[in-house]
Amino acid sequence: MDLNLKLKIWRQKNNTTGGHFETYDVVANEHMSFLEMLDVLNEDLVNKREAPVAFEHDCREGICGTCSLTINGQPHGPNAGTTACQLHMRYFKDGETITVEPFRAGAFPVVKDLVVDRGALDRIVQAGGFVSVNAGQAQDGNAIPIEKERASQSFESAACIGCGACVAACPNGSAMLFTSAKVRHLGLLPQGEVEEEQRVQNMVAQMDHEGFGMCSNIGACEAECPKEIKLYNIAYMNRAYFKAVFTGE
Amino acid sequence: MNLDSKIPAGPLAEKWTKYKSTMPIVAPNNKRKLEVIVVGSGLAGASAASSLGELGYAVKCYTFHDSPRRAHSIAAQGGINAAKNYANDGDSIYRLFYDTVKGGDYRSREANVHRLAECSVDIIDQCVAQGVPFAREYGGLLENRSFGGVQVSRTFYARGQTGQQLLIGAYQSLSRQISLGSVTMYNRHEMLDLVIVNGKARGIIVRNLLTGKIERHAAHAVVLATGGYGNVFYLSTNAMMCNATAAWKSVKKGALMANPCFTQIHPTCIPVSGEYQSKLTLMSESLRNDGRVWVPKKKEDAEAIQQRKLKGVDIKEEDRDYYLERRYPAFGNLVPRDVASRAAKVECDKGHGVSPTGLAVFLDFSAAIERYGHIEANKHGNHNPTKEEIKILGEKVVSEKYGNLFEMYEKITGDDPYKEPMKIYPAVHYTMGGLWVDYNLETNVSGLFALGECNFSDHGANRLGASALMQGLADGYFVIPYTIGTFLANEISTPKISPDLPEFIEAEKKVIDNINALLSIQGEHSVESFHRRLGKIMWNHCGMARTEAGLKEGIEMIRQLRAEYHKNVFVPGSNDEYNPELEKAIRVADFMELGEVMMLDALNRKESCGGHFREESASPEGEAMRNDAEFTYVAAWDWNNGNPEMHKEPLIFENVELKTRSYK
Ligand SMILES: Cc1cc2nc3c(=O)[nH]c(=O)nc-3n(C[C@H](O)[C@H](O)[C@H](O)COP(=O)(O)OP(=O)(O)OC[C@H]3O[C@@H](n4cnc5c(N)ncnc54)[C@H](O)[C@@H]3O)c2cc1C
Ligand code: SF4
Ligand code: FES
Repeated sequence: MDLNLKLKIWRQKNNTTGGHFETYDVVANEHMSFLEMLDVLNEDLVNKREAPVAFEHDCREGICGTCSLTINGQPHGPNAGTTACQLHMRYFKDGETITVEPFRAGAFPVVKDLVVDRGALDRIVQAGGFVSVNAGQAQDGNAIPIEKERASQSFESAACIGCGACVAACPNGSAMLFTSAKVRHLGLLPQGEVEEEQRVQNMVAQMDHEGFGMCSNIGACEAECPKEIKLYNIAYMNRAYFKAVFTGE
Repeated sequence: MNLDSKIPAGPLAEKWTKYKSTMPIVAPNNKRKLEVIVVGSGLAGASAASSLGELGYAVKCYTFHDSPRRAHSIAAQGGINAAKNYANDGDSIYRLFYDTVKGGDYRSREANVHRLAECSVDIIDQCVAQGVPFAREYGGLLENRSFGGVQVSRTFYARGQTGQQLLIGAYQSLSRQISLGSVTMYNRHEMLDLVIVNGKARGIIVRNLLTGKIERHAAHAVVLATGGYGNVFYLSTNAMMCNATAAWKSVKKGALMANPCFTQIHPTCIPVSGEYQSKLTLMSESLRNDGRVWVPKKKEDAEAIQQRKLKGVDIKEEDRDYYLERRYPAFGNLVPRDVASRAAKVECDKGHGVSPTGLAVFLDFSAAIERYGHIEANKHGNHNPTKEEIKILGEKVVSEKYGNLFEMYEKITGDDPYKEPMKIYPAVHYTMGGLWVDYNLETNVSGLFALGECNFSDHGANRLGASALMQGLADGYFVIPYTIGTFLANEISTPKISPDLPEFIEAEKKVIDNINALLSIQGEHSVESFHRRLGKIMWNHCGMARTEAGLKEGIEMIRQLRAEYHKNVFVPGSNDEYNPELEKAIRVADFMELGEVMMLDALNRKESCGGHFREESASPEGEAMRNDAEFTYVAAWDWNNGNPEMHKEPLIFENVELKTRSYK
């Protein structure tokens, strides 16, 4: 079935100019993905010699974390546990108006149209989101058994795709969910536990330095996270942080 | 041209160890003075950049992505092989080596593959130490599963997100080196040319994708880890941005492209549903551990399903043709990818396909759900379970193993695979061909190295599942840190290379001219529309089945399309801004040249081997027939200014006997 849609899309030339909404008509097929619908619009714009809408994407299957659209006010759109690239048009109605904006946050400057710079998230990881082990230094993989349940909890946090939807969802623009997922992923494993004190302090300091906001327990991040990273990651990080601050020198 | 593979002397199993302990080494104080450019931050690039940084080299790493963590490697689902023999089922380094050589249909180098199998063991240890949360047994030990083309369980995995977890491990190591200052990271920088000075690779020309600025970057050596070229087919399972430009520009500067026609068509992908489609989604091969592939025996049934009058579940057991189990009883649903893909095509060509387009087969989990349900019921002490109980328990096991894949399938198709068998069809997935490299992973251009999917070295004519991740990480963590020393040990007194040398200025100018040329065409058709047309030509003429006539026609069509492109493409915007259309335009121009060389290679190779199936070279039962007497060689292509020329590296097998690959 075909859907006749009105798109209200944020257009912004670069990070020095302001932006505004433009309205476009597009006809989409219900089997298309949201991004394929934008492809159709862009093909149309190019054929009319108008500037296509810049948006980021790569894997188009919900794993690379590149796509970053706020659809009708929600980062990644209306469906729970779904990235924008996995959203299909069958969830929209004929005649609907859809608003599309970039992920908005103080720490994510707009590059162009719907594209933002999320480099701050990389810098948080660089501050300590790793295990200090060089290639060739490892012992046998089975030397330390890890409880199945613990490995699986660690995996749940490690499933974060670094998309930044949590930041865009948060009224304070906080990166707590992202940062805490990394802290918990590594902290739950014997290999990562060793460095936890230093890690959590460095990562939190970097987070503040990048200008991300404070966490005031609103929970919007959890609601919009496409990988269903839970708030208890934040609780875990807070515990680790206080432990580090109060037991450290 | 003499292609010296530089394989060390000695018995197969000792080559690498001996070579490692006798090769030239660069002293730590000299390492700091040597700069290395690594292009790519996928599994191969990130592991190489971090390991070289750990050793003390001054590393510069480039990616066109906004972050190293976005590389296409992130999407790998199923797992990574290693000859750990934790399952105690008879696995060994030799067996992994043998399976890979056989799986590759005897078109890879023995010594490289053996080294890969040796390194596989260390990779798992390294990843565990980095904090990769692999799947574990209740006892806390690492869990394994099986992949196609082998009879042991040697695949390590992290649910259906193995690539993601491995890449995050490598990304974390890379991030650590960035924070320590030994690696400088250049995100959103795309390599658009290679710079050669006095016969050695000394740098690259890149475009800053945010500003459009063209920049010259110099180093003592250049390592490419830029991935595969499957997107030449437009529709593939590769991420949208994957492209061949870095490798192809190097070919145009004299590097050789080896076995470009060896492309892998993966049997289990979600079928194409419409013209607007931008990419295809893989359903991991691990599903073939538990899923059974079938089509209706009767053509009427298939037609009824195509017209949506019947569903898969309506077809009675005795009316189903489990054609893989029937044709290949020894391996059944776990035959290698090339064999499974062709078998699906055969059934669909006969009219037994099960989607409206007729291009799909079923992948069915009902038997697995029942089997697991029984086992679980027994575990719970319930020896008389009802059908419903079995189903619930069995679905739980299947969901634990493949939950995210089932969800992904449902999101895309709107169908529930727990209730209805999945529909799948083959799609382009991986490219075994790539830059020609010797045992050191060095191309024929001195100082230019190639790792991961970007090189051709280990998979012959067909790659086995879960072996690409293994190869990328082996190359990056355990091979290049040693072998780059063979080149750099002779460079310790070479001062820092200046990016202001005339070779850099000239290469920069060419890149700018090329961009201006594309922008000034101002034709009528979008880049995307040309890419789609190219993809169709490639799929129809150089896809799952190839013929002499088809290839000859395809070559003509590509040449025409290319000429039309340079007259009639429309690239909007300008160079000095963020301009994704321009990025695409450069990449598609390269695909069009590479596509021609792929067809020339396919035309030259008058045999069927692995993923390359020439209809003229098949047995009466339709099985592929190799021609070892004439084609046991690597075909390495020189672009030669548009008049491609082929050079041969003969393949010598001293340990494995060449046999007809049989999975019956
Ligand atoms: C859907 C899918 C599932 C898969 N599942 C499995 C699996 O289960 N097991 C397995 O073993 N294999 C699997 N594979 C194959 C495997 O994922 C890839 O072969 C492998 O990840 C390639 O890694 P790489 O590091 O060589 O390249 P990539 O991960 O593709 O990285 C390429 C890098 O190079 C950069 N780059 C490229 N060109 C340029 C340029 N011009 N300038 C700057 N940077 C550049 C990119 O930004 C990127 O960082 C799968 C593949 C697909 C498509
Ligand atoms: S926590 Fe969720 S929303 Fe935040 S970056 Fe990770 S995956 Fe995205
Ligand atoms: S494009 Fe990769 S997650 Fe959306």
